[in-house]
Amino acid sequence: MSDAVSESPLAPCHQAAGGRMIPFAGWNLPVQFSGLIQEHQATRQAAGLFDISHMGQIRAQGPGALACLEGLLANDPSKLSDGEGHYSFLTNDRGGVADDLFLYRLGPEDFFLVVNASRHKEVLDGLKRKEGPQVRFTGAPGSAVGMALQGPKAAKILAKLVPQGTPLPERNRISHANLEGRDALVARTGYTGEDGFEIFADLKTGPKIWTKLLELGKPEGLLPCGLGARDSLRLEAGLPLNGQDLSHEITPVEAGLGFFVDVGRPRPFPGRSILENQKKNGPARITIALRGEVGQPPPRHGYPVFFEGKKIGEITSGLPSPTLGHGIALALVNSPAPALGQLVDFEVRGRNVPAKVCKRKFLKNK
Amino acid sequence: MNTPADLRYAKSHEWVRMEKDRATVGITDHAQTELSDVVFVDLPKPGRKVNAGEVIATVESVKAASDIYAPVGGEITEANAALASDPGLINRDPYANGWLFRLKPTSAATDHLLSPDQYSASLQK
Repeated sequence: MSDAVSESPLAPCHQAAGGRMIPFAGWNLPVQFSGLIQEHQATRQAAGLFDISHMGQIRAQGPGALACLEGLLANDPSKLSDGEGHYSFLTNDRGGVADDLFLYRLGPEDFFLVVNASRHKEVLDGLKRKEGPQVRFTGAPGSAVGMALQGPKAAKILAKLVPQGTPLPERNRISHANLEGRDALVARTGYTGEDGFEIFADLKTGPKIWTKLLELGKPEGLLPCGLGARDSLRLEAGLPLNGQDLSHEITPVEAGLGFFVDVGRPRPFPGRSILENQKKNGPARITIALRGEVGQPPPRHGYPVFFEGKKIGEITSGLPSPTLGHGIALALVNSPAPALGQLVDFEVRGRNVPAKVCKRKFLKNK
Repeated sequence: MNTPADLRYAKSHEWVRMEKDRATVGITDHAQTELSDVVFVDLPKPGRKVNAGEVIATVESVKAASDIYAPVGGEITEANAALASDPGLINRDPYANGWLFRLKPTSAATDHLLSPDQYSASLQK
C-alpha cells in the first residue's frame, strides 16, 4: 500500500462540522466530532451518521459474475435472491481471511461488494485478474461516496429524504432510491448492532445527501459520528474488525464466524477443505468474548489472556464499553476454551485483571 | 487552548506546579482534548520513586491508553483519589481538580521544561 493519504469526498462537510481528522487505511477520516461517547450514545438512542467512503465499492457484472464469485467467496453467493445481501469472506489457501465483506445481488448478472479500505486495491487487483468476456469488475478507490445512517431513528430520518412512497429496504436487502435527484443504492445493513442503512452514492451527490441527512436528522437527535464511535459500537455488537479479529492468519471459523462459511456446496473456494475440517472437528483456536469489571483497566488489542495460570491466547479487540461501563473484548484462545461464565485474566501493564467469559453480543448479556 | 501562566510544561503534554517541596502534575487542556473522554486512570502509589521522563501513569479513553511521563523526578506522595470514581475531572478541570499525582521533587530545577509561551508555541507547529 502506498503512503499517500486520500481525502474523503465528504472532507469539506467534516471540516465544517468540526471533525477531527486522522489517517486511517490510506484515508483522512474523522475520528470524532462532538465526542466519542456522545456519538456512541446518540447512535444507540437516536441515530448516528458515519462516513464510510473509504470502504471499497466493487461492482461485478456479466453472465459469468456469479460463477466467478462462487469460486472465491466462503459464503455461497448462489443463495442470494435479487436485492438481497449477506456477509462473506475472501479466503486464502490456508482458510485465512484476505478480506471480510458484504455481497449484494442487484440482479442475476450484477453483484455489488463492499470491502475494507485497507484491502480494496488488493481485492480489486485480484478480481481483475479473473476478468474476461463473461465478467468485469469496476470500482477503484475514491470513485464513490458511502455513508452509514445507524440507530433506532434511522428509518424515520431516511423516510424524510426518499421521494414519498419509496419503500425502504428490509434487513439485509438493498434497493435503488432517488436521493437528492440522483440514483443511489440503499442497503439495510450496518456495523453498529442497531437498525440502519448504508447509502452508496456518486461523488457529486454524496455530499448533498450527507448534508441533507444531518439537517433532517437533527430534530431526532442525529449526530455525525467518527471512527472512534464506529469501533466501540461494532465491538459492543460483537462484530469483527479485519486486521484484528480476522486476518490472513485467522480463519472465519477460528473467529467464531463459521456460520458464514458454506461448505455444503459443490464449487470449491480457497481454503475450503481446511475450513470444512475446522467446522467438523473444531479449530485449534477459537474466539471467545470477555467482560471486565467496573473500575478495572480495560482490555486492549494484543494483551495476553490467562486461564488457570496458563497463557491461552490474546485479546484481538478490546475497549471500555460506553454503554456497559466496563471493559469488553474478543480474544483468540486455544481450544478447548474456558466456558461461558468462567473467569480468566488478562495482563495489563504487568498485572493481571479478571474477566468473565460471556456472550459475544455484549449488550445481550444479563 | 488554556495554558496557565504559573505552570511549567513538558513536550509530552504534562503540566507541573512547583511549590516548596511539592510538585503537582496533571495533563494539559490540549492533551485532554486530544484524548477525549477519559474513562480510566492508573496512578502511581505513594512512596514510588521516579526519574524525570519516566512513564509513571496511564490515562485511558474509549479509544486508547496513553502513557503519562513524570515531568520532574522525585518520590510520589499522593495520587488524586477522586479520579477513580470520576476520571472525567481530567476533561472538565485539567489544571485544578483533575490533577493526577503529587511528588516531592529531587530538585527544584525546571530548566528542562517549557514556559507557557514555549508550550503554546509548540502546539502551533
